[in-house]
Amino acid sequence: MTTKVKTRTMSEETHGSLKSKPIRGAEMIFESLEREKVEVIFGYPGGAALHIYDALYQTNMKHILARHEQGAIHMAEGYARVTGQPGVVIATSGPGATNLVTGLADAYMDSLPLVVLTGQVASGAIGTDAFQEADVLGITMPITKHNMQVRDLNDLPRMIKEAFYIATNGRKGPVLIDIPKDISGGEASYEYPEKVSLRGFKPTTVPNILQVRRMKEAVAQAKKPLILAGAGVLHAKGHQELVTYAEQAQVPVTHTLLGLGAMPAGHPQFLGMCGMHGTYTANMAIQEADLLISIGARFDDRVTGRLDQFAPHAKVIHIDVDPAEIGKNVPTEIPIVGDAKQTLSMLLEEDVVSAQSSEWMKQLNKWQETYPLWYEDDEATLKPQKVLETFSELTDGEAIVTTDVGQHQMWVAQYYQFKQPNRWVSSGGLGTMGFGFPSAIGAALSQPDHPVYAVVGDGGFQMNIQELATVKDYNIPVKTIVLNNGSLGMVRQWQEVFYEKRYSESMLNQNPDFAKVSESFGVKGLRVTTIKEFEEAITHSLNYDGPMVIDVAITPGENVFPMVSPGTALHEMVGISKGGM
Amino acid sequence: MRRVVSVIVNNSSGVLARLSGLFARRSFNIESLTVGTTEDPTLSRVTLVVHGDVATTEQVIKQLYKLVDVLKVTDLTEEKMMARELMLIKVTVNHQTRQEINHLIEPFRASVVDVGRESITVQTTGDIEKNEALIDLLRPFGIKELARTGVTAMARSQQKVHPVQQLLT
Repeated sequence: MTTKVKTRTMSEETHGSLKSKPIRGAEMIFESLEREKVEVIFGYPGGAALHIYDALYQTNMKHILARHEQGAIHMAEGYARVTGQPGVVIATSGPGATNLVTGLADAYMDSLPLVVLTGQVASGAIGTDAFQEADVLGITMPITKHNMQVRDLNDLPRMIKEAFYIATNGRKGPVLIDIPKDISGGEASYEYPEKVSLRGFKPTTVPNILQVRRMKEAVAQAKKPLILAGAGVLHAKGHQELVTYAEQAQVPVTHTLLGLGAMPAGHPQFLGMCGMHGTYTANMAIQEADLLISIGARFDDRVTGRLDQFAPHAKVIHIDVDPAEIGKNVPTEIPIVGDAKQTLSMLLEEDVVSAQSSEWMKQLNKWQETYPLWYEDDEATLKPQKVLETFSELTDGEAIVTTDVGQHQMWVAQYYQFKQPNRWVSSGGLGTMGFGFPSAIGAALSQPDHPVYAVVGDGGFQMNIQELATVKDYNIPVKTIVLNNGSLGMVRQWQEVFYEKRYSESMLNQNPDFAKVSESFGVKGLRVTTIKEFEEAITHSLNYDGPMVIDVAITPGENVFPMVSPGTALHEMVGISKGGM
Repeated sequence: MRRVVSVIVNNSSGVLARLSGLFARRSFNIESLTVGTTEDPTLSRVTLVVHGDVATTEQVIKQLYKLVDVLKVTDLTEEKMMARELMLIKVTVNHQTRQEINHLIEPFRASVVDVGRESITVQTTGDIEKNEALIDLLRPFGIKELARTGVTAMARSQQKVHPVQQLLT
C-alpha cells in the first residue's frame, strides 16, 4: 500500500505561523491563486516575471511551460472552455505580454474567463521605454473585459480577487493584471479579501419575471417558433434546461457555431448549425419562423447573413446576460437580461405551455430529409467530410474536439455529432489560426481521462506547431488530426468563388512532413492517405497513451457547402444539394 | 441628433482612456467630453455630447455600463437639465469695432477677460446654442483663436436622477 505524502503548501504556512510576517508580492500571487482553487497555470518566464517564477519554484502549483506565450494563452482558453473555470496565464513584460494579444482578443470575443498576469518593468522605469517595456494596459484595454496595473503592493491580493470575480461573473471574459517587477519583488503583509466589492460591476443574472411571462405567452401563440442557442447556454451550464424546455414547449433548436453540444446531435428537434455554413433546414427555419428565441447568442454576422433580411417574419425574443447585446444587431420585441440557465429554469417553473408547432415540425423534418448535408464521395481521394463522419462514428461523438478556423472547422461543425456539452472548443468570434492545437492541450489538462483531439489545417497547425514540445514534455495525450490539403483552404475557397480562382498566396507548397516533424519532437506521427488507414489510425489513437499527430492527406480543392455568401440573406444559400451549385 | 450623456465613474487612472477608447473602437462619434471630480472625491462626472439616434445612444449607454469603472449613466437629453460650456474667443478689434463688440456681447452676459492692441478676448458661459450664436456674431470681426471646454451638465433638482450619494449605499 502506498501512502500519499501530503506536501505542505504555502497556503498552510501563511495561514499558520507566517501569517503576520510580510511576504513577497510574488508569493502573494500563488497564495491567492491557491485560494481561488487554481489547479494549473500556463506560462512562460522572462525578466520582469522572474520574482514570480522564483516564487513558483517553492509551490506545488502545476505550471505548464508553453513554447510561446500565444500557445500558453490558447491552452488556458481550452481549459476555460471545457471547465468553465478561469484559465490562468503568466507572461513577462513587453514581448511576453504582446504575444498574448491574440489569445486575449480571442477569449474576449468568445467570452472565455481568463486571469492573465503579466510582468512589467519596475514602477520607476514605467514610461521610459525601458528594456522589454510595453504599454500592456493600453494595448489590451480594448480586448479585455477589464485590466489593472498594480501600483501599490497592498492592492495586489484585492486585485487578484477582483480579477477572478470579474472574469467569471456576468458575461465571462479575460481580465489582465500588470505587475511591475518591484511589486512582485516587494514585501508586505498579506491578507486575502473574503468578498469583492465593486460598485460599478453588478451583472444581472436573474431575469425579470414579467418578461419571462411575456415570453411564455408569445411561445404559446407561436406556430413557427425556433430557438437559436449560442455559447451562452454552455457558459451558464444551462444545456439540460434547454433540452427540457425545447421538448416541453415543442420548439425546434438550431445552434450557432459555438453553441454546438448544448442540444445533443441527433435529437429530433435539433436542426443543426445555422449561419454561413449552416444546414438548409436551420437557415430556412430562421427565415420562416414567426418567433425566434435567441438564448446566449449575439447575432454575429456569420449567423445572420444580410441583417435587413434576417428572420423577416419573426418576433424576436433575446435572452442574454449582457444587456448590450440585446438590440445591438437585431431589433428585439421581448428583451430578457439574464443568465441562460436561470432564465430557462424560470420558464420551466412557470409551467410550460407548448407552441402550436406540429405542422412546423413536420415541415422542418421534410426539409431535413430533402436537403441534408451532402458531399461527393469518391474512391480516388480522401474526402474531408468522410474523414470527419468516420471520426465522429469511431469516437461516438464523445471526444473533446478543438479546431482552428477555416474549412476544417466548418466540416467538424457540420459532421461531428456532439452528444455532450462542453466538448467543442473552437475559435468563433476572432477566428484564430493556431488556436486548435494549444487549446487542445488546455482541454486535455482539464480532462486527463477523456479523449481530446485537435482537428487542424496544415496552415493553422504551423502557427503553433512548437507546442509539440509541450505535449511531449508533459506527456499530454492530445491527438492532432491535420486535415492537410496543401493550402489555406478557406482562403482558397473564397478566392475560387469571389476572386475568379486567383489563388494569391494561399498555396502552402512547402509543407513539412508533419509525421516526421512530430517524430523529431518525440511525438508519434502517422500519415494516412486512405479512409481505411484513417480508421486504423483513430482506433490506434484511442488506445494510445500519449500525444500523436495524424497527418491526413485530404482532397485538395474540396469546398465547404452549403454557403451563405457575405452580404446575402440566409435563404439565398448556395450548394444546398448535389448538382445544385 | 445631439445627445447629452452624463456618466459617473471611479476617479482612478486610466478610466478616461477606457471611456474614450470604447467610443473609438465602436465607431461612436463624440462631439465633446468633459470630466471633473464630484462632491465625492473618489468619483468623477463625465459629460459626453454624442451625435446619434436613440438606438445608437442606447447602445453607447449599454457599452459604457459594461466598463467596470462606470457606476451610473444618464441620458439627460430628454430631461430638464443644465448644460453649460465655457468658451474663450479672441477677436480682432480696431478703434471702430472695439465699442461695437462690447455692445454685442452684453446680452450674452459675456465678459472681456483680456484686452490687447489688436484683439480682445471674450469669455462666455452657456449652452451650446448660445455659444454658437455668439461665435456667429463675432465671426465677421475676425476670430483669431477659439477655445471651448465642451459641455458639462446635470439634471435640474426636480428631476429624479440618482444623486451620487445613492450610488454609494
